[in-house]
Amino acid sequence: MCLAIPGKILESAEQNGLRIGRVQFGGITRQISLDFVPEAQVGDYVMVHVGFAISRVDSDEAERTYRLLEEMGALEAELPPPEDASSSS
Amino acid sequence: MKYLDEYRDERIARALAREIGEHAKQRWVLMEICGGQTHTIMRYGLDELLPSGIELVHGPGCPVCVTPLETIDKAIALALRPEVTLVSYGDMLRVPGSNSDLFRAKAQGADVRVVYSPVEAVKIARANPDRKVVFLAIGFETTAPANAMAAWQAKRESLKNFSLLVSHVLVPPAIRAMLASPENRVQGFIAPGHVCTVMGFQEYEQLVRDFAIPIVVGGFEPVDLLQAVLMLVKQLERGEARAENQYVRSVTHQGNLSAQQILKDVFEIADQKWRGIGGIPRSGLQLRPEFAAYDANKIFDLDLITADEPAECISAQVLQGIKKPTDCAAFAVRCTPENPLGAPMVSSEGACAAYYHYRRHTFAS
Repeated sequence: MCLAIPGKILESAEQNGLRIGRVQFGGITRQISLDFVPEAQVGDYVMVHVGFAISRVDSDEAERTYRLLEEMGALEAELPPPEDASSSS
Repeated sequence: MKYLDEYRDERIARALAREIGEHAKQRWVLMEICGGQTHTIMRYGLDELLPSGIELVHGPGCPVCVTPLETIDKAIALALRPEVTLVSYGDMLRVPGSNSDLFRAKAQGADVRVVYSPVEAVKIARANPDRKVVFLAIGFETTAPANAMAAWQAKRESLKNFSLLVSHVLVPPAIRAMLASPENRVQGFIAPGHVCTVMGFQEYEQLVRDFAIPIVVGGFEPVDLLQAVLMLVKQLERGEARAENQYVRSVTHQGNLSAQQILKDVFEIADQKWRGIGGIPRSGLQLRPEFAAYDANKIFDLDLITADEPAECISAQVLQGIKKPTDCAAFAVRCTPENPLGAPMVSSEGACAAYYHYRRHTFAS
């Protein structure tokens, strides 16, 4: 129920005093309310929950965290399996 | 999809699990609050990837599960009135009330409609001025601003045929109640990332100060959750208790101020009953007096409806992390998603349904 998915703002417009955006999720595009993310611009990613963008994805922070994790994963691929790994599963 | 796929990378997940194993010297009991997080843990088998000393217990963060029985009974009673169109999120349709559910009411001819967004509920009211449209407004802080927006729009347009049956719950008072209980086993919390996207995490810092327990705001993908577990384990092993944020790509310290503003404009804090758990002081939201004309509880004569929970369901202990779904004698025997005794078996985010779908009962002793 509290799921929110990331989508990219393709365009935004005012409708009856509310800010509406066309937001792309993978291959699907939907009309999303952008009222809670006044700072979000076309091209930004937003997290969307029940038709409302609730945050603008901080791409710098996402990039920084992911790079650290990626390095960890790359290292893992170089290592032998952990000693306590079960053989059957 | 960007910002999803990379957080499902198996190599990174295994690397994180290995690092957790290297840091975990003692046994720790951790709780993820949100049902969406529980679902990810079961779906990807994260509990089995973790070292055996790290036990994950599952929190009360499934709004479908904790919506009080009497609210479901009220929604069904409203739906069965000929003049009413009952609008709901899809997850609520199969939640058992005392004697029926909304799906069965619909089969009996009730006008029950499912929407993805509260905006659509307002549209239905606009398009059907001869119908009394009631929106079953449930959820945690993540959903509350969107539901508030529906009430705000209806008031702005002076819609006469739209109201909300509100059942909103708040996370921090529930954590506080769990930590104050003598039965509590939880030593660290993964706080719900989307609730904190809206609310920020200042309230969680207060909980850290009051109970000296580490809390890490976590996301919803496997890598997010494992990283949050690692952050908790590192703190616990060092004897620290701090509030940290794993989900930095969405959560800021202060949260979303625009969303918080509409929430405050439309709702006020109230005592709230949680299905399976009972009453928790100041743990819910109700419409402010200015919105009384949009409060289904006030417009319709509903206050006489009260309901008791079935005795056999142990959802109270499951939702507080005291017991696992597999500890229940009825689990997967008399209680299944097709014939649920309690709400945690209904929603796919309920701990019991997540265990059932991912076949944990076939591995249990």
